[in-house]
Amino acid sequence: MDASYITPFMTSIQNVFSTMFQLPVSIGEPSIKTDKKATHDVSGIIGVSGEMVGTIVLSMPADAAVSIVNLFTGMEMDPDSDDFADAVGELVNMISGNAKAEFQRKGVSISCPSVVIGEDHRVSTPSGTACVMIPCSTDCGEVVLEIALREAAEVDETQANAA
Amino acid sequence: MRILLIDDSKTMRNIQKSVLKQLGYTDIEEACDGQDALNKVPAFKPELCLVDWNMPNMDGLTFVKTFRQQDKSTPLIMVTTEAEKARVIEAIKAGVNNYVVKPFTPDLLSERITETLAKCGVGS
Repeated sequence: MDASYITPFMTSIQNVFSTMFQLPVSIGEPSIKTDKKATHDVSGIIGVSGEMVGTIVLSMPADAAVSIVNLFTGMEMDPDSDDFADAVGELVNMISGNAKAEFQRKGVSISCPSVVIGEDHRVSTPSGTACVMIPCSTDCGEVVLEIALREAAEVDETQANAA
Repeated sequence: MRILLIDDSKTMRNIQKSVLKQLGYTDIEEACDGQDALNKVPAFKPELCLVDWNMPNMDGLTFVKTFRQQDKSTPLIMVTTEAEKARVIEAIKAGVNNYVVKPFTPDLLSERITETLAKCGVGS
């Protein structure tokens, strides 16, 4: 994956967390994800389509997610409630949209967010696309951004070669 | 003043509602997508709409284009994560009066609302 795809997400999570609820984020060393299992129990997921394709996942341990959602919404929320999932979805939506803007390409679209909550779930990424994990440390706990993106043209080429 | 909030995220509608309440606006109706908003417009008769871009069923841009076919003057503010220059231009061409990129601070949102209402000559 092109390294220039990663930096916008690092600045974006810092921008979203600090602007919306004044929570500083320290970014750790990115690494390639090898495990197919979700890193944590709460996943906010955005699909990317158009000139670039892939997925963006905000993965959070349940207790960190509860604290972050509490700061974001100003309310204590039950992790099983629709409102909790809505807040997690809006966070990953803002992080993805903000990062996408850095690419300055009109032909890239992001999906409405999906949220999965539960132990040992798995989020599939497009086959053959490396997934980069960006560890993010906050006062609410450790969260991870997982970016699996590539140019749509590369996908077309791979499919043509496979045919 | 009657204000229509159009966003598929209840969290975001609540945040915007709280900014509006701080500005003294309490006559607020909510819609969860563009189609829901179009259904509510005839009865609610909004004097200002805050509209998200990416929503299921009908997105914000389609709402703006459809709304503008019947109403050229009611102020519309796009509040969205879509921050590319090309998107902003597309929204302005479709008929929005102002643009707020998420994430935003409450101060920025209130500034844009006040500025838009003043520019459009709408009193509170």
